Amino acid sequence: MNANSNLERMLMIGGLILLAIFPLLAGKFYLQLFAKIMIMAIFAMSLDLLVGFTGLVSFGHAAFYGVGAYALWLASPKYAATSLYLSLPLAMAASAVAALVIGLLVLRSSGVYFIMVTLAFAQMFFYYVTGAKWLGGSDGVYIYVKPDAALFGWTPFSLENAASFYYLVLLALAATYLVLRLLAGSLFGHALRGIRGNEPRMRALGFATFGYKLAAFVVAGSLAGLAGYLDAAQYGFVTPDFFGWRLSGVVLMMVILGGMGTLYGPVLGAFALVLLQDSLSDATRHWLLPMGIFIILAVLLLPQGIGGLLRRREAEDG
Amino acid sequence: MADSFTFFLIQILNGVQEGLLLFLVASGLTLVFGIMGIINLAHGSFYMLGAYLAFALAAATGNLLVAIMLAIPLALAIGLALEFLLFRHLYRRDHLYQVLLTYGLILVFEESRSLVFGDDVHGVAIPRFLDFSIPLTANLSYPAYRLAMSAVCLLVAGAMWLLIAKTRLGMAIRAGATNREMVQSLGIDIAWVYRAVFALGVALAAFAGMIAAPVASVFPGMGNQILIISFVVVVIGGIGSIKGAFLGSLLIGLADTFGQVLVPQLAGMTVYVLMAAVLVWRPAGLFGSRAA
Amino acid sequence: MTIVNNKESRRRVLKSMAATAGAVAAASFVPVRFAIGQQAKVKLGLMLPYTGTYAALGKNIDDALRLAISEKGGKLGGRDIEYVTLDDESEPAKGSENANKLVSRDKVDFLIGTVHSGVVMAMVKVARDTDTMLIIPNGGVSAATRELCAPNIFRTSFSNWQPAYAMGKVAADQGKKRAVVISWDYAAGKESTDAFTESFTKGGGKTEKELFLPFPGVEFQPLLTEIASVKPDVVYAFFAGGGAVKFVKDYAAAGLKASIPLVGPGFLTDGTLEGQGDAAQGMETTLHYADGLTFPKNLAFRAAFKKATSRDADVYAVQGYDTGTLLLSGLGAVKGDVKARQALVGAMEKTAFDSPRGKFTLSKAHNPVQDFYLRKVQGLENRYVSIAIKALADPATGCKMG
Repeated sequence: MNANSNLERMLMIGGLILLAIFPLLAGKFYLQLFAKIMIMAIFAMSLDLLVGFTGLVSFGHAAFYGVGAYALWLASPKYAATSLYLSLPLAMAASAVAALVIGLLVLRSSGVYFIMVTLAFAQMFFYYVTGAKWLGGSDGVYIYVKPDAALFGWTPFSLENAASFYYLVLLALAATYLVLRLLAGSLFGHALRGIRGNEPRMRALGFATFGYKLAAFVVAGSLAGLAGYLDAAQYGFVTPDFFGWRLSGVVLMMVILGGMGTLYGPVLGAFALVLLQDSLSDATRHWLLPMGIFIILAVLLLPQGIGGLLRRREAEDG
Repeated sequence: MADSFTFFLIQILNGVQEGLLLFLVASGLTLVFGIMGIINLAHGSFYMLGAYLAFALAAATGNLLVAIMLAIPLALAIGLALEFLLFRHLYRRDHLYQVLLTYGLILVFEESRSLVFGDDVHGVAIPRFLDFSIPLTANLSYPAYRLAMSAVCLLVAGAMWLLIAKTRLGMAIRAGATNREMVQSLGIDIAWVYRAVFALGVALAAFAGMIAAPVASVFPGMGNQILIISFVVVVIGGIGSIKGAFLGSLLIGLADTFGQVLVPQLAGMTVYVLMAAVLVWRPAGLFGSRAA
Repeated sequence: MTIVNNKESRRRVLKSMAATAGAVAAASFVPVRFAIGQQAKVKLGLMLPYTGTYAALGKNIDDALRLAISEKGGKLGGRDIEYVTLDDESEPAKGSENANKLVSRDKVDFLIGTVHSGVVMAMVKVARDTDTMLIIPNGGVSAATRELCAPNIFRTSFSNWQPAYAMGKVAADQGKKRAVVISWDYAAGKESTDAFTESFTKGGGKTEKELFLPFPGVEFQPLLTEIASVKPDVVYAFFAGGGAVKFVKDYAAAGLKASIPLVGPGFLTDGTLEGQGDAAQGMETTLHYADGLTFPKNLAFRAAFKKATSRDADVYAVQGYDTGTLLLSGLGAVKGDVKARQALVGAMEKTAFDSPRGKFTLSKAHNPVQDFYLRKVQGLENRYVSIAIKALADPATGCKMG
């Protein structure tokens, strides 16, 4: 584990420095693009807690992303700004609650049933919001003014500024990574990994596995809500597709392709997939075709994802 | 009032028809799931494949029935090829990788469809001899083609039951579902059983797309909706159970139909609420034998 | 069982894939467009559906717009034009991103689009946020010229409220008392059915039931059965494109055509008659355009459009054409100086359209004030019958301009 964390630490610090100086070089369009990528990275890391650490393959993780996004809309008055310091924790709390409720219902199932049932619950959210007029329905809703960072009359920065928004997202990304890293290294994290390996054995050892799984589910859901909140804040437009199964699929892809169970893997996955998509989609309208082929080949050739490649090299060298 | 009772019955007819079509798609899915243990997200794409094949061949030959007869062997061949090239590598892999690979497959199917057929919405003409309506009430008639569809679905369901319950292949399938190693050690070539089952699953979904084309239209993304609902059917009915898929499909067809009419604001949700309810009561589905 | 057993070769394959991905990503940083030359071209960003359900509509709008400009010499205010096109795929979820691409990355002077009202809303928001000129050549979402109206936002088509309101009045005048409305569950659909109900109720009628299904579903069977059970005097439906074809056909196949008249805004029968065939014959609809309008401008336009594209013009082409007229009028007045915003907007507002649809002007909220015609389907045409309402203006509730 130690050889691993050296490389990981280098990667993370290097990456952080690069990301931190990026705004000095890039224009508005690319700032927004990278902010979007970092938001997806937060989303992917939160899913990794479930998939990579606990062995819970959720195909409905977008449910909590959507809750975070709609929470911002609900908290925002029509043509005025809501406070960042109130709405952000609110959004994370709302997604945590949603994850708690759904977790209680779905964590009784396992294997294939779990995958399907998480998908179904995300669909339930999708259809509910699509049909609900008070939530804007299928056309989605608009957030006309970004959240306001004013604190006791002093406004340190404005989220309308692309660079400020970028740094907020970078901060959130770093914080998410640190929190998850700490959890992973703690007893809680080890318990999760034990559950992933052999749940009956963990139960025999006296662990209340359901409680651990539920806790992981809630933490993951809450962080997904954070990502959804930032997405809504960035573009100011929220639709039922935020709950969509395609989004759940894309983030799952990022986790698996990037390398599950590593935390930095999903971040790499997010960068790779979004950048690939952005450059390919300009080249051809049918960019999903090479993307699909890439995924198929990756599964057939790469059991551990891009991150796994690095890990294996570490294990060999160290 | 006799009048509203009549309409109630007609809605039941609508729901049953929807359920029967859904059964064709879901049965293929549950077979592949139950026998080979593979989650196949691209199953909806086979439905779309069938519809587009029917559309293209019907346009070329001018006759939907001829088109269907040509398309079925094509679908079987494609199923065999897919199993040989891709799916047989998935049997030992984690569900996770099956999900990922088949997700990539959906993308490939969708974009290939876009390249070959374009992105427009297409209609397929109902065969002339079925293009009439049967009056049911003073102001409402029922299209004969829909009745024909339901009849065909029932026939296929019956044929499947015969296959599984009364033939040697069916025996191998049932045996393979509970204990593959034993079947292999008995000398039955399990690889070919799997191949046949997979091709059958593909053909069933494609056939459903073919016969549904005149009433559902042929359009991009048509596979996705039916994919998710098929999964719900399989989860409700129990993985690997054809009986469960049949009952589950009918339940869903009825729930969806009545949901649209009685609670239009929550129409799309009824199916998932139903699933949640069944799972709370029976976590392995109504007829599920494996805790997957 | 894995395909590649050799760790080394697996790594090699992966390294090359990663390298390719990295190279591709790096390539996206190289600026592809750089401005050469003195007199820069006017950049028109056309964000339209070039694929999918509305592809034919998008194409007609594009072609007619270019026709209008080429008829007057191919320049706007003396400047050459650069067209940047983007397929919006009728996806509201991608609307913001796509519009931002045109505005922030491609730096267009005018944002023009689109058909799907949900996408239009995204464009309106981006236009307001970035203060970019926006002309809507179709999407009738009322908010664009109501509470979200702005000096830089114009529309050359209609608001969803207008044709629906006209149809409601016609139905009420015909003595119908009970109606059922049905549409897709999105902004355009609901605005349309609500407007019909508004004027229908004013004329003494009542909407007994509202039926909706998710866009773009076309499985109407249970809803048709429900309509039969309610037995209204008239059914008002809002569908367009493939959905319109299917609904009208299914309506007839369910035997409802014989006993309950089906009406709607013109989109129900525009560009769809070939697919609908007998099922649509005799249907009445309302729209700001019709077949058989004898204005000289209309005859000339239809001939020119047919010559240029080998297709017959439709209402979408007319709207695209009038968008070209609006651009010519505005940029002509400021001699191509896009930066003279106030003068540009002022000139555009005062444009007196001599359109194939008839003469019309723009309201203070920048929406057309125009005549709405009652049409009846005869053969493959929506034949003009009479004027349903003259000079109908959208109420522009909530618009803070003027």
